[in-house]
Amino acid sequence: MKLLKQQAPLAFAFMATALVLVGVFQSWSLSLTILNYCLIASIMSLGLNIQWGYAGLFNVGLMGFAALGGMSAVLVTMKPVPEAWAVGGAGIGMGIVTTVATILLAIAAYRRLPKGYVRGWGMATVIVLGYFAARYFFDPATNLIESVNPAQTGFLGGLGLPVWVAWAVGGVLAAGVAWVIGKITLGLRSDYLAIATLGISEIIIAVLKNEEWLTRGVKNVNGIPRPMPYEYDLQQQVWAQEWAVWFGADVQDFTSIYVKVCSAGLALSVLLVLYWLSQTAIKSPWGRMMRAIRDNETAAEAMGKHVTGRHLQVFILGSAVVGIAGAMMTTFDGQFTPTTYNPLRFTFLIWVMVIVGGSGNNLGAIVGGFVIWFFWVEAEPMGYALLNFLTSGMDADSALRAHLLDSAAHMRLITMGLILLVTLRFRPRGLLPEQTARTRGH
Amino acid sequence: MSFLIGQSMTGGYGGADILNDCTIAVERGEIAVIVGPNGAGKSTAMKALFGMLTIREGAVQLEGQDITHLTPQDRVALGMGFVPQTNNVFTSMSVEENLEMGAFLRKDDFRATIEQVFDLFPILKEKRKQPAGQLSGGQRQQVAVGRALMTQPKVLMLDEPTAGVSPIVMDELFDRIIEIARTGIAILMVEQNARQALNIADKGYVLVQGSNRFTDTGEALMANPEVRRTFLGGK
Amino acid sequence: MHDVLNAFMLLSNFLIVPATAYGSQLALGALGVTLVYGILRFSNFAHGDTMAFGTMSVILVTSVFQSMGIGIDPLPTALLAIPFGILATTAMVLISDRLVYRHQRKVRAAPVVFLISSIGLMFVLNGLVRFVIGTGDQRFSDGERFIIRFGEFKKLTGLDEGIAFKTSQGLTIVTAIIVVAALFWFLDRTRAGKSMRAYSDNEDLALLSGINPERVVMITWILSATLATIAGTLYGLDKGFKPFTYFQLLLPIFAAAIVGGLGNPLGAIAGGFVIAFSEVTVTYAYKKFLTYLVPESWAPEGLVQLLSTDYKFAVSFVILVLVLLFKPTGIFAGKSV
Repeated sequence: MKLLKQQAPLAFAFMATALVLVGVFQSWSLSLTILNYCLIASIMSLGLNIQWGYAGLFNVGLMGFAALGGMSAVLVTMKPVPEAWAVGGAGIGMGIVTTVATILLAIAAYRRLPKGYVRGWGMATVIVLGYFAARYFFDPATNLIESVNPAQTGFLGGLGLPVWVAWAVGGVLAAGVAWVIGKITLGLRSDYLAIATLGISEIIIAVLKNEEWLTRGVKNVNGIPRPMPYEYDLQQQVWAQEWAVWFGADVQDFTSIYVKVCSAGLALSVLLVLYWLSQTAIKSPWGRMMRAIRDNETAAEAMGKHVTGRHLQVFILGSAVVGIAGAMMTTFDGQFTPTTYNPLRFTFLIWVMVIVGGSGNNLGAIVGGFVIWFFWVEAEPMGYALLNFLTSGMDADSALRAHLLDSAAHMRLITMGLILLVTLRFRPRGLLPEQTARTRGH
Repeated sequence: MSFLIGQSMTGGYGGADILNDCTIAVERGEIAVIVGPNGAGKSTAMKALFGMLTIREGAVQLEGQDITHLTPQDRVALGMGFVPQTNNVFTSMSVEENLEMGAFLRKDDFRATIEQVFDLFPILKEKRKQPAGQLSGGQRQQVAVGRALMTQPKVLMLDEPTAGVSPIVMDELFDRIIEIARTGIAILMVEQNARQALNIADKGYVLVQGSNRFTDTGEALMANPEVRRTFLGGK
Repeated sequence: MHDVLNAFMLLSNFLIVPATAYGSQLALGALGVTLVYGILRFSNFAHGDTMAFGTMSVILVTSVFQSMGIGIDPLPTALLAIPFGILATTAMVLISDRLVYRHQRKVRAAPVVFLISSIGLMFVLNGLVRFVIGTGDQRFSDGERFIIRFGEFKKLTGLDEGIAFKTSQGLTIVTAIIVVAALFWFLDRTRAGKSMRAYSDNEDLALLSGINPERVVMITWILSATLATIAGTLYGLDKGFKPFTYFQLLLPIFAAAIVGGLGNPLGAIAGGFVIAFSEVTVTYAYKKFLTYLVPESWAPEGLVQLLSTDYKFAVSFVILVLVLLFKPTGIFAGKSV
């Protein structure tokens, strides 16, 4: 472990080289797109590391938080749809009021009624009645909203606020949901917590896919506003055209690259800020206490540290970070597509990032984010090239060859799995292991 | 030539030594008891004899054969039976299944042995189909001992068999142990209830801080004023 | 009277029969998971994709058989292919144990490391299955589709509503019963089975009794692979094979195993049916059912569906959370590692 200090810069140098190679051999546009997603992935990875590395929480529900962030981008930055609000606003409002009232009543029932059957049945009755009452208000309202210009809108729209607000709201919304989930599930053991969080994320995605009045569901939301300029607008600018000539590229390529560089700059700033915050936190007394709890929970509890409360804090913070990243991703994409949120790509891949990068180490999580995302994207062309080479001896029309080449996309799943397994076997602490008092100073 | 002897054992669980030049031996049909204050290394000495920890120095011999480097499973195959202090039964399995598991390594028909165990512990025959976890503490100890007896061991080692049982059950257990010894099996026991244990012991080992302090017959130790004062609560 | 019978038939056709079939499939899947948890002491997240792998092997062998003209009409050819699928899956599972889990056992890694390893295997299997067989929907059932058709049933009983009993549903239930009986016989009556229960109960004592841990591990994997292949094939015969679906089944399967009590085989079966029946009951549209039972003027207008079918997962999940909060060891009190 002597190269600990140098390993991080080495890893980044390696990544930079790889990205340059992609730029040269494939395209600069692609290279920059990969860079942007690497940055976002690193933020998500950082969020997970806060939960896993600091507190040992096994959160398999990241997909849900990222999607919530994405939804925030929609709800905050899209323009509102006045007709929809007119017909359905009141109904939705009543529905929300009813739901909140039901929840409050249920909590009151929990507190006031005597323990046992009475309380159980009382709460169940409240919840069931409340559910039907809310549906009474929601159903007609949602139907009306969805029938307002379904091809173009069919939903409530957003608040039309600036993009950075969306990102912040993404974090806050994720934090809020994390609070609810955490309150319910954080007492559970890690296996159970994993299943519970997996389930919750599936439900969140199901809601986003189905509640068209809110998110347009599977019809997707396009044209989400973004902070960077649009390529088309840039192409009209004289200065952009001049610069393009100077670089020896055509205007479209240049503007596309310019926009991506802007995005990268934004993403990098957010990443750096969050990294700085995380590092400060982990080095503070609070951070030391978190790690003490993680390393020996029973002892910590015996010393009076309120373990579940601390776990909740960490869970909320980590989820907020993932939410911010989710919002950023949707903004950069310009569209919100609920069907793309699948657990392999959004949850388990991030886990691979954290494990391979180095759990418990923020810089490691970032390195992991870069490395794994890079391989996730490049595994397909690399796999294709490899299969092409391997099957070059075969008949050009061979069905087998066609099938193999078609399946190159699935190589990435296999590659990711193998990377994770190899890491766990030979370097279980990851590329950049956590720096403990023992390993520091080597 | 002792039947089973751990000679000058020195060692521990990896850190500091717990045993220091400790010697324990037992003969066929004999009851040997290890007593001493808390932390004296009594259980450690027995575990060393059974191979559950590696000794740095010294040797363990069974019937003249050096078994110092054998695993516990190998020692079971050679005829050593071990009854742990806790977690010594399969709680979800019936009494009869527990005994069957005890005989796992045997290739022959062990039904006769089960009958012998039932003769020794009649209450187990009554409750043969009940899950061991539902039995009382004393009955569970009987299952644990019965399980160890299923391999027809030549040496039976018990780690604090009467821990946490009532005095009546303890007496009954000791009676059974004497019966087992009479069939020719060597018995080695670690006990907290020093007085009652030494009463039935042919040989007693008093350990202090991992070394032999007093070694003598049970009777002699009971009569020894220093032993009485320090470990047997005076009188 | 007529109407009550009709209502009951309706319920049977759209609720009871499908839920029983689905429950059997979940039960078999949950059994595989609960065995691995009880004996190897970790949650195997790769189980869904193991089921996919098993089903894929069966599909490949089935198409070979079909092209060779081998069949057992009126039963699906897939039944003949199952033993081969089991062989392939068992081999795969034992190899992964040798390459991945054995090392973790040697270094006494924490259970969570095993879980993460299973995630790695999940990726590999997922990619492998898609690589070999593609992502499209595969229908590989042949033979007689129905044991009794809707129309036939109506003619027999003279009612307006009938029950259509698909062959795949009947097969599922019968196979599940046979498999479960065999499994319980193995665990209760054979020496190997008892040694596995002993190992699951008290590892140290089992080792002391001379039980060979590597053998127990091997038998566990063989059983898990067998159950996975059978469960996956039955599900595929019933609902078609699509790799992604099997990953999604992970949630209800784990829910079933946990609700029943992780590590307890009886619990896995009970849990499977609880989850299946709940999912189907809560997402069924009761409109027609109620129309049969209540007077004309009370007939409902809307679908009377508690939750849309898209929220199926929400149901298993809510049940799971409720159980975890109020009785974490499950219905039958499994073990907690």
